[in-house]
Amino acid sequence: MRGLLHGAVLALAMFVTANAFAAETVVKILDHEPTTREERDFLLRVAKNFEAANPTIKVEFDFLDDTSFKAKLPTLLQSPERPDAFFTWTGGVFYEQAETGMLRDITDEMDAKTKSRYATIGLDGLSYKGRLYGVPMYATNIPIWYNRELLDKAKVDPASIKTWDDFLAACTKLKNAGITPIVIGGKDKWPIAFFFGPLALRILGMDGINAANRGENGGFDNAEFIKVGREFKRLVDIQPFQPGYMDTGFHKSVGLFGDGIGAFLPIAHYVIDMNAKNSTSGKGIGDKLDFIPFPAVTGGKGDPGDTFGGINGWLITKNAKPETLKFLEFLTNEENQLESGRLNLWLPIVKGTQSGLQDPRVRRVAELLEKAPHHQLYLDQALGAIVGTAVNDVAAELSTGEITPEEAAANVEEARQIR
Amino acid sequence: MSASTKPHPVKKGCMASIRRMHRDGKLAPIFIFLPPALVLFTIFVIWPILNAANFSMYKWSGYGELTNFVGADNFRRLLRHSIFHQSLWNSWKLILASLFLQIPLAMAMALLIYRKTSVNTAFRLIFFAPYILAEVATGLIWSFIFDGDYGVTAQITRFFGMDQLYILADKRYAFLTIITVIVWKYFGYHMMIFIAALQSVPSDLLEAAEIDGASPWRIIWHVKLPLISHAIKLSAFFAIVGALQVFDIILPLTNGGPSNSTHSLVSYLYYFGLVQLNVGYGSAVGVCLFFLCVITAFGYKRLAIGKGAGL
Repeated sequence: MRGLLHGAVLALAMFVTANAFAAETVVKILDHEPTTREERDFLLRVAKNFEAANPTIKVEFDFLDDTSFKAKLPTLLQSPERPDAFFTWTGGVFYEQAETGMLRDITDEMDAKTKSRYATIGLDGLSYKGRLYGVPMYATNIPIWYNRELLDKAKVDPASIKTWDDFLAACTKLKNAGITPIVIGGKDKWPIAFFFGPLALRILGMDGINAANRGENGGFDNAEFIKVGREFKRLVDIQPFQPGYMDTGFHKSVGLFGDGIGAFLPIAHYVIDMNAKNSTSGKGIGDKLDFIPFPAVTGGKGDPGDTFGGINGWLITKNAKPETLKFLEFLTNEENQLESGRLNLWLPIVKGTQSGLQDPRVRRVAELLEKAPHHQLYLDQALGAIVGTAVNDVAAELSTGEITPEEAAANVEEARQIR
Repeated sequence: MSASTKPHPVKKGCMASIRRMHRDGKLAPIFIFLPPALVLFTIFVIWPILNAANFSMYKWSGYGELTNFVGADNFRRLLRHSIFHQSLWNSWKLILASLFLQIPLAMAMALLIYRKTSVNTAFRLIFFAPYILAEVATGLIWSFIFDGDYGVTAQITRFFGMDQLYILADKRYAFLTIITVIVWKYFGYHMMIFIAALQSVPSDLLEAAEIDGASPWRIIWHVKLPLISHAIKLSAFFAIVGALQVFDIILPLTNGGPSNSTHSLVSYLYYFGLVQLNVGYGSAVGVCLFFLCVITAFGYKRLAIGKGAGL
């Protein structure tokens, strides 16, 4: 009898325990490998805090390197193993994902109060045809960072660089002084497009880029887009990049910049930490680092105040657990956005949280973004994978003199037509 | 009339052989062991091939349903694409290098160290070691060696006071470098095949040749090589198929660059199919690659191996 009683108690205990485990909801998030260790740690820390506040919910982050992330996502989204939410650079690829019906329309699920805390560019970035499919997390802005010591050596005043002509003159001066004007990671191609893309924004304007992408006025094979290539070629003709730049990846290029090898580098604000970590000394160029906004192009249709960069966030998949939205709202609440700003991880997208930014240079980058009439997404995101890759390819090929500006425009238009 | 009343000889032969197999007890193992292998082969080989052939007829990003049927457009685009031509040419160069550099080098080394001595064993290990390395690791190691800023190349150029050298950034040398790395990595594998074959050459034949006064070179040419021809044919086959499949050494070394000049067929497929989310187009490249492999395999069997000779 006693044995029977023990057995019954044990069975009851097992039943209760099993139920407790069964009640736990697992929210799966797929992310690309963060640029810095701090970013990864921050995400995992927030997930732990969320789990502590919500004991029945468990958050699992999976990280994949950029290329694997992009390559695996199409298959993953169509399988039962799909994550509840995944990282997005927004733009053309996001539109394609939304078009297939694999994403969850959360327009009515997110309440008006929560929506109101995000900057409009953030919500716009995560919306397609007026419907919201995800939660924005941060923005990036790509100005041109410089090494003050090298500019001083060549007697270049960064404050005087207002136009593209000024910038070219500065590069020539640096070159004549025996200093490498620009460090770039040509092996990855897209860093070169950090000149080509902003030039397109200055010359065509955001409306012009969108019109070309719709195929109006000859699509990308038009006089203005050819001018983008010509202006870029003026820079290339100075031979401004470090020797062997086509065998230099992005991470190494930031290290070279941190070693004081070149004067300019177009990149987001995370260069502040990254140039130190990737440099040989581990210290980088420290306070000698500052930036200028991308210069205006005389006669261009784009507003000189327009910014170029990313709007990044999280997209929620079709049958995601309801707790997913709850977690993403927690991840992007004011407290966590302030914290991420304080850690210099990114430019927070929640209004009023820029005050958390500690570094005055990052605050100025955020101010540029805040004041910008338009924020153009990276072209390889905005235009979708095929046209975006074609833009990166032509930027790289123009830099090596493989193709002419006319051929560059024709190649991008060809990619647009077969998209 | 007479044809319809005649029994079908093939059918009769077939039934008879089945009955014979049943009688000899061979039928049961076939029914037990063949289906699992056949099912796995169908799921993981035949089915993906058929799927890829289907995808290649569509313009498809990999997201959503297959709706945009384009017929042979992907193939037409492929045939016109200059980078595809370059990739095809690169793969061809890899085949030639494998056959005319890698295999002779492997053979020379095998002839030097095939005898069983402790020194030879040490050399065998040294030459075979690169083959054990993962391809990606190999690519990364060599990209560090060729790094003109911080790598071994940089140290050498600095030591001699030369200008910095960026071999992988130069279109003229980048693919030659890839060929060098591939030959370095795989010659040890072919060398081991040759060593195994050379060790099985009967010693009495070699002694007979020596007694007859044949020079060492003639012994190699007229005795050893003919006797290990089966191993050479096998090795050449592996070299050709391997050259067609080169991929994961290229990505870390050059990423297909500079200016897409160092793509192989597979890295071309990866970059223009998967990275660009152009799965339909990538599948068309895959179909071409499949046919190239099939033609190579059957062509090689017919031309190199010939009738009655096995690998």
